[in-house]
Amino acid sequence: MSASIPFSAQLINLFAAVILLLAFAMLAQRRLPQLINLFALQGGALCLATLVAAVTTGQVHLYYSAGLTLALKVLLLPWILHRLVRQLKVKGEVEALINIPTTMLVGIVLVMVAFNVALPISELSHTITRGTLGIALAVVMLAFLMMITRQKAITQVVGFLSMENGLFLAATSATYGMPMVVELGIALDVLIGVIILGVFFFQIRDQFDSLDIRHMERLKDN
Amino acid sequence: MTSLLPIDTLLIAACAWLAIGLAGLVAPRNMRFVSKTLFPLGALVGVIVGLVALGSLGGPAQTAVLAIGLPDLPFHLRLDNLSAVFALLLGFVSVGISIFAAGYFRKGEGAAPGLMCLQYHFFLASMLMVLLADDAYAFMVAWETMALSSFFLVTTDHRHEEIRRAGFLYLLIAHIGAIAILLCFGVMTGGAGDYSFAGMRAQELSPFWASAAFLLALAGFGAKAGLVPLHVWLPEAHPAAPSPVSAMMSGVMLKTAIYGLLRVSFDLLHSTLWWWGVVALAIGLATALFGVLYSTVQNDMKRLLAYSSIENIGLIAVGIGLTLIFHAYRMETLAALAMTAVLYHCLAHSAFKSLLFLCTGSVLHATRERSLGKLGGLIHRMPWVAWLALAGVIASAGLPPLSGFVSEWLLLQSFLFSPGLPHPWLNMVVPVAAALVVLVAALAGFAMVKFYGIIFLGQMREPGLKDAHDAGTWEKFGLAWLALITLLLGILPSTVILRIDAATRQLLGTGLADKLDEQGWWMLAPISPERASYEPLIFLVTIAATLLLGRWLVRHLYHGRVRRTSAWDCGYYFQGPRAQDTAEGFSQPIRRIFEPMFRMQRHFPTARDSQPYYSVKVEDHFWYWLYLPVAGLAGRISTLIVTLQGGRIAVYLMYSFITLLILLLVARP
Repeated sequence: MSASIPFSAQLINLFAAVILLLAFAMLAQRRLPQLINLFALQGGALCLATLVAAVTTGQVHLYYSAGLTLALKVLLLPWILHRLVRQLKVKGEVEALINIPTTMLVGIVLVMVAFNVALPISELSHTITRGTLGIALAVVMLAFLMMITRQKAITQVVGFLSMENGLFLAATSATYGMPMVVELGIALDVLIGVIILGVFFFQIRDQFDSLDIRHMERLKDN
Repeated sequence: MTSLLPIDTLLIAACAWLAIGLAGLVAPRNMRFVSKTLFPLGALVGVIVGLVALGSLGGPAQTAVLAIGLPDLPFHLRLDNLSAVFALLLGFVSVGISIFAAGYFRKGEGAAPGLMCLQYHFFLASMLMVLLADDAYAFMVAWETMALSSFFLVTTDHRHEEIRRAGFLYLLIAHIGAIAILLCFGVMTGGAGDYSFAGMRAQELSPFWASAAFLLALAGFGAKAGLVPLHVWLPEAHPAAPSPVSAMMSGVMLKTAIYGLLRVSFDLLHSTLWWWGVVALAIGLATALFGVLYSTVQNDMKRLLAYSSIENIGLIAVGIGLTLIFHAYRMETLAALAMTAVLYHCLAHSAFKSLLFLCTGSVLHATRERSLGKLGGLIHRMPWVAWLALAGVIASAGLPPLSGFVSEWLLLQSFLFSPGLPHPWLNMVVPVAAALVVLVAALAGFAMVKFYGIIFLGQMREPGLKDAHDAGTWEKFGLAWLALITLLLGILPSTVILRIDAATRQLLGTGLADKLDEQGWWMLAPISPERASYEPLIFLVTIAATLLLGRWLVRHLYHGRVRRTSAWDCGYYFQGPRAQDTAEGFSQPIRRIFEPMFRMQRHFPTARDSQPYYSVKVEDHFWYWLYLPVAGLAGRISTLIVTLQGGRIAVYLMYSFITLLILLLVARP
């Protein structure tokens, strides 16, 4: 089977697999700085996958997408997050609501569900990257799972960003990326979102002396 | 030069109202500019609307398309005879109210005058657009604008807790009604997706869906009109609003709901089932009886009038029910008679009820008092208001020769012909309904005697009333205008019916005009002069002659001397103005006879009280039977649902995650 797939597609599949692997690694990672590094690595793999797709198909805007990914997700956002961690003096340990082996098992089930769901969709698509749609969906779900199971506000932001990576991969694999305007818009949204969340982190810490979101249960009205 | 079509003129008038409203914002605090320039201008526009609508009656329907609103969804407008009758009502009644308002609003009361001017004129323009709308979209936009502008008018004095509460209740019920109307339109499109009224007319609905549409319309428009059990907002909102606003709401806005009900049940739905009429008749009777009973026991003059409005809307609904029954059995002449009664009562009620509400406004300004128990004898200080209010009171009580009598007489006439119905049960039940209508009319007379007698007659119950002053020139003029309409509607019924017959003919295919044309303007004999006829002018002349003759006899044939002396005091040592019959005392027989209809809390003084007092508080059963249980249920459901809100972000995220998973699995291709 593998003989019939062109080399570039195999390369893209490889990078997609790396992204998925990194998503699992992020799910398993307990320490915050390493988590951010993993996120940067995921961004890098995404950038390479997009670059391969760009070279293969010759679509100009995919080059821009790859550049944007490199600038934003590999360099800028990890740098901001690292700074935040240092300034907020968050302890390195990431506390999980569910223990990590269970989370990993749930993640495996989710990957199976994602592949199952994505199969009929990817058959409709004619891009060379279509095989990665299931992976993209799985990355989205794993990121969602990370947001649910972690207690620190910063890890939730990392989960959110990782989810955006998955969406980006889905867009690339299904239709060679979204229109440039949309991509730029999303990139800006993510950047501004992280900056605003950073401000919120300081507010939350001032209010509760902690970044643990369990403290926010008190905020509901009774 | 092409001549201006009536519908274009009406559109320009609506725009003029909007412009006048916006002009009020230019100098919102400038009382002289707003009240002495803008409100009279609004009245002028009202005259134009009334005249144009009058002129277009009997002509062919005109349509227009306005390319505003959402893309590919223009406003369709249409002026036909039914809209023209109600536009006529809106135009002429608003003239009186606008002129009155020019003299009414004072500095430092409620909102800034410019803001009031904006809301008031938007209210007028939206009501005109409701009448002109020819698709569901334009109708709902105008309808909601009307609800919102009137909500802000009601809550002018929003600093009072109870006024905010009244406004909220009004807005709530208005929205329940609007949802029902929206669903009604949805049903009437029949799934074709064409929301223009022309498309709805073309639909052939099955009896089930037609009935659903009718019931939804009855609920939706009934909520706006104040039909039981959705009436509760009315006695709260009317007293809360400034008097010109209550006059406008009671006189005109309630009629737009009647317009909507007529539009849906006779124009858009063309197959009529007889039991629709029975439902409308039963609800109308319940409303009328409820309204009149509660109006007799009120001690706040504006609440009394608000309940009286409920009663009149009930009578109109009775007329609509009767029309539906006759129409379903193809007895078109009788249907036309009942329909004429409905339209006539709309016209009559909007004039006399606005007049009465405006009079309460004058009394309120003169005395700062709304409670009947602290008024009395005002005819000596406010002769203009008192005599003009008398016209409204006589009409409201349904006495000849004024307008209320004509419409109630027409309604009863159509009841008298009901034995011809080809349905045995209806034959038995409908005369009972007629008897109840008569009871309502009699009790309405009682309520009006109480209203007029306690406020204007007798002696002043409070010393402060001596300083009461009569209404200003603008106010007098507005009141006189409405009294004139009431008088004209009373003594020229044939002339008026000949004009509004076009609407009846449009809805039912037949009218009363042929019969009336043979008879002449002074006589009203809707079916045949042998059966029943009414000559209002003869009544007027007889009453006037009797009064004048009596006065002449007393003054000239009897000794003619006027002697002022204290009344016979039955042997009591002290008799002051407080010894007069009070508002509570006056209605005590009604409270006693109809005791189960009221929910009363009474406190009686005992012989040992050092400070004896008597109090009675009458409340609405519907609060306890319907509204509080519903509110409690909503509260319980909310407490169940609030457990979803645990405050944990992880759980919230879980909700969306599970939703996403389920959607992905369910919506697989």
